[in-house]
This record gives sequence, C-alpha cells and structure tokens, in this order.
Amino acid sequence: MNVAAYNFAYLDEQTKRMIRRAILKAIAVPGYQVPFASREMPMPYGWGTGGVQITASIIGPEDVLKVIDQGADDTTNAVSIRAFFAKVANVAVTTHTAEASIIQTRHRIPERTLTEGQVLVYQVPIPEPLRYLEPRETETRKMHALEEYGLMHVKLYEDIAKHGRIATTYAYPVKVEGRYVMDPSPTPKFDNPKMHMSEALQLFGAGREKRIYAVPPYTEVVSLDFEDHPFEIQHFEEPCALCGATGVYLDEVILDDHGGHMFVCSDTDNCEDRREHGHRGTLAGHALEAAE
Amino acid sequence: MYVAVKGGEAAIANAHRLLADRRRGDRNVPALRIEQIIEQLGLAVDRAMGEGSLYDRELAALALIQARGDLIEAIFLVRAYRTTLPRFGYSRPIDTGEMKIERRISATYKDLPGGQLLGPTFDYTHRLLDPSIAEGGAVDTPVARDSEPERAPRVTDLLGHEGLTEDDVNEPQDEIGDLTREPMEFPLSRDRRLQALARGDEGFLLALGYSTQRGYGRSHPFVGEIRIGEVEVELDIPEFGFAVNLGRIRVTECQMVNKFKGNAKVPPQFTRGYGLVFGQAERKAMAMSLCDRSLRARELGEDVNHPAQDEEFVISHSDNVQSTGFVEHLKLPHYVDFQGELGLLREMRAEHEAEAGDDAYPEAAE
Repeated sequence: MNVAAYNFAYLDEQTKRMIRRAILKAIAVPGYQVPFASREMPMPYGWGTGGVQITASIIGPEDVLKVIDQGADDTTNAVSIRAFFAKVANVAVTTHTAEASIIQTRHRIPERTLTEGQVLVYQVPIPEPLRYLEPRETETRKMHALEEYGLMHVKLYEDIAKHGRIATTYAYPVKVEGRYVMDPSPTPKFDNPKMHMSEALQLFGAGREKRIYAVPPYTEVVSLDFEDHPFEIQHFEEPCALCGATGVYLDEVILDDHGGHMFVCSDTDNCEDRREHGHRGTLAGHALEAAE
Repeated sequence: MYVAVKGGEAAIANAHRLLADRRRGDRNVPALRIEQIIEQLGLAVDRAMGEGSLYDRELAALALIQARGDLIEAIFLVRAYRTTLPRFGYSRPIDTGEMKIERRISATYKDLPGGQLLGPTFDYTHRLLDPSIAEGGAVDTPVARDSEPERAPRVTDLLGHEGLTEDDVNEPQDEIGDLTREPMEFPLSRDRRLQALARGDEGFLLALGYSTQRGYGRSHPFVGEIRIGEVEVELDIPEFGFAVNLGRIRVTECQMVNKFKGNAKVPPQFTRGYGLVFGQAERKAMAMSLCDRSLRARELGEDVNHPAQDEEFVISHSDNVQSTGFVEHLKLPHYVDFQGELGLLREMRAEHEAEAGDDAYPEAAE
C-alpha cells in the first residue's frame, strides 16, 4: 500500500494555479463570487476548507502565518489549522497580528489595524448574502448580475418593522465598491468598518460552496442601512476584565451559575499585548494565571 | 474559568490519542487486518469506494478500520486521499454489455438472452440471525456453472432495436465533465449530474427515490435490468495509437425503464433512468437510477413540483462529506456570533420591559 507524499502546502501546483486564477479574478471584480473547483481537503467541509485552500495557494516558505478562530489563536480549530500548515508547509507561525504576513480567520477581524502587504483570509460558510432570501443559486446569480438587491433592503426593512432595528448582528451585508452586495462571513458587524479602505488584501474562501471572493486594498466597503436607521456597531458597557480595553469586541465568560460573568477580549493577541504593556482590567492577574 | 479557551493544542493531541486507543479496543483481541475487511466486509468496502469515488479495495478497507467502521468518515478519508492524486487521463467508456456477469436480473422480461442470474444476493434470504456465523462454522463452496456463459446484451439494447426506448446518449457531448475538478454550476449537464449521484449518499438518494414511488414525482419505474460484474477499463494512449487495458473493476449497473414520452416528431417511447456504482451496491444503483430519471423532469418537459425533481436541491445536498462537514461544524465555537445575538436580545428585552412599564403598545415600525 503506498500513500503518496504531499506537495508543499498540501495542494498540487496545478490546483494552486487554478485557485490563484480565481483569486486574481476575485480581486479584479471586488465582491463578486468567483466559482472555483474546490478540492476535498483533509479537514471537513464547514471547518475552513475554503480558507485553507486560499492560504495553501498563496503561502510561500517566507510567509509568517497566524490563524484565529473567534479572534483567538488558541481555539481548537485554529490550533488544528495552524498545525496543518506548520506540518505541510513548514512555515513560521505566530500569534502576533503585526508579525503575520497571512492571517487566516474565522468570525473575526483582528483589533489591530492591518497594514499594507498583509493578507487576511476569511473562512466562509455561506458566501451568498442573498441565500436566506432566495435558496436557489441560479436565481441569486441573476440577482447579482442585474444588481437586483431590493429583496435585501426589504429584509432589512422588515427587521425594523418587527424589531425596531436591523436585527442582524453578524454576517451583516455590505456593498463593495458600490457594486456587489457581499457577505463579510459571520464576523460580528462590529468588524464591518475595519473592512472599509483596509490597507490589507482581504480574501474570502468558501470550500463547500466552491466560491472565492475578494476585497482588494483601499476598497470601499459600506454596510447596508437606511438614512433613518444608520448602521451601528455593537457597544459594550464594560471594558475587558483582563486588559481594561474599551472599543474592542468582547466575549462573555460565565463564571458561576448565579449569573456571574466577565467580559474579556475576543482578540487574545491584542489582549495579551496590552497586558504586557501594563494595562490591567478588574480581574487581571489571578484569572489568567489559573489558566496557565 | 478562563481555562476553557486555553490549552487547545494539548487537548487535541490527547483526544486523538484516546481516539486511537478506542479504535484499537481491547488489545487481547487480535487487530483487524486489511484482508479481513476486504474479504468479509466487502459491501462496506464497496460503499466506501463508491461514495469515496476511488476504486481501491485496500485503501477503502484501511479507511474503514481507521474510521472505526463509520462509513461516512471512511468515505471522507478516501476522498481526502483521492483529491491529491494526479489525473493521467480519462478512460474509454466502460462497456457494461461486455461485463463478466455475476448477477443479472430483469423485472421486465421473464427470460431474455443471457438469462437471469441471481448471483450473491440477500434477496429471498430469510432475515434470521445465524448463530453458526458467530461460531465460525464452515461455509460450503459455491456451485459453479459448467458451460461458457451466453452473451447477455443489455435490456435497453434489446428494447432499443424496436425503438421502444430512448437511445443511450441524447445530449451532444464533446468533453466529459468532472465535478471534482471544475466549479459546480447549475443547471448541470447529465454526465455531471450522474457523477454527483454516483458519489451521493446512499441513504439520501434512497429516500428521494422512495419518495418518487410514493407519489412525490412519480415516474412509473420498472427495473429493466440490474447487472453486477466485472468490466474492463481501457485507456487511449496517444503515443501508442491504441487503447491499453488497465484491468477490471466490479460495478453495479441499474437501468430503470420509465413511462413514455413522445410528441409530434418522436413516437412514444420508454424513458430511462441510469445508475452505475463501483462494486456491488444494488440499492444505491437503484436509488441513483430513480433519482436520475426524476431529475430529468425538466429535460423531458415534465412539471418540477417535487424534491426529487429539483436538481439544485438534490445535488446540493446529496454529498454526505459536504453534509456531515457543515452539520458538524456547528460544534465549532460560535461565541463571537452568539455574543452579538445575546447583546441584541438583551437590548430588545430591555426595550420591551421599558415599554411594558409605560403600559403602551409599541408603535408600528418602531
């Protein structure tokens, strides 16, 4: 029985070329979903196969890779994907946002502003922003082609009619460069403004749905809204309990069964960096040590 | 409490170590060998090869052991390996008419050239658990026919002579599609659709096929023929200028004959649904041919009213590796999104309470 050895970064070079062509097309038409011949990867569909294929196609031996899931470097799937690339591409990995040349992410954009030359690779479950309004791919592709986005505005309006506000907190639809409505992947809407005019290249990979799309650097990304119901991001009333940060996205950690909870940074690297620089939250110290 | 989000790396390593232990089970029981799986769990191997779409008994058997007998996991393992293999070329179409037949039955004719051969079938067995198997009792050697088998043309070819059924190929075709190498775009050509069905989940296709029998898109099927056996695989090698025989594979083919259609130009004739699967996989081949026929509704000018007739619905959801991945991804952390929903819900509840306190009805659109 001979099981073959794998190429650098797992995918064979022909496949990488095919994916790179799709990426180039996606960059040329910002926000447009480019169909690509997604491969079966050694991790399950829905667990980041799209992002992994993009990363595998663009990564070189000199790259420094960071992988986050829910903003954290040490969540299980982020650990697993980082270990995969460390194994099949033998690249340097980091948890520091500033040091990374490629950041693969699920559900968050790092708090630290990304800079020119960095690439943010998003794992996308359902690339089609219109999917829950129209299940058929044949229809939604037509709607995009005709720039027929009325249905999306009706949906947002119905939210307002029902709930008094646009009741979408993540995967909040955006319009890219005034043309395509795009799903930013299930990042919290808190992160939407970071996409706008970002210096970094943003690539989106949906493996199961076989789509790649992109937001090139310095591209307009506008969250959909209405004049009388302007887009707003989430605000947290407390700062991070570990580093005291405000104006960042927080996770709620339940402490006991009496409703006790604390809020901590979702971006673990940013939080650790702040603590190293002397910032302290109300629960800093003991809670963190207990973890190590 | 913060421990919950730390230590992922060690946890994963330990979990996999425990998995390996549970897979092996009691060390006093001899470990399974690949040959045992191939020889004694052949139909599981066939299913892993079929839905894994890689014809390799040894790798499929290895996958089954590694997956602890979980078929979808085994299929996934086979697929993830297959995807890394280079493509040398495309074989010539196999000729199932020239199959070395082990089983061949037709429900439409009592007798036909080549005869009916029951072969190794569960049909007509009484499903009574057999304790002698547990005791490892001896098994009789099978009876072999003593004459050369008569040629067994495919039933559809027999009907074809009279023009009673539609021809094999009714779509002009330059190139064969390959869903594993190209983006999937709807509507699919029939070759791509058949590829998707051949790789599709047996249970899903079985249920959809069943639904057509119960009235959700009835297509009046008859089993024209099911045949199981070995066919030769040949590859054209341009440098040689002739086809080279690569070996034989075992396949199951099902030809469903369905109710007619016809119009002013074409006289009425039977339509067909087609199923072809690696190995011995009769249930799958039958389900596939029911689904194939039902997915031809649009092509044949029938109304598309039922799930089994809806190509996007059927093909987008028939792949069990895709389905299981996306369903099981719900296990991954979603606390960032959940936090967003929590925040929104709290806001809405606070507003609701404030309004209830004011004893006023919420205004429309507020």
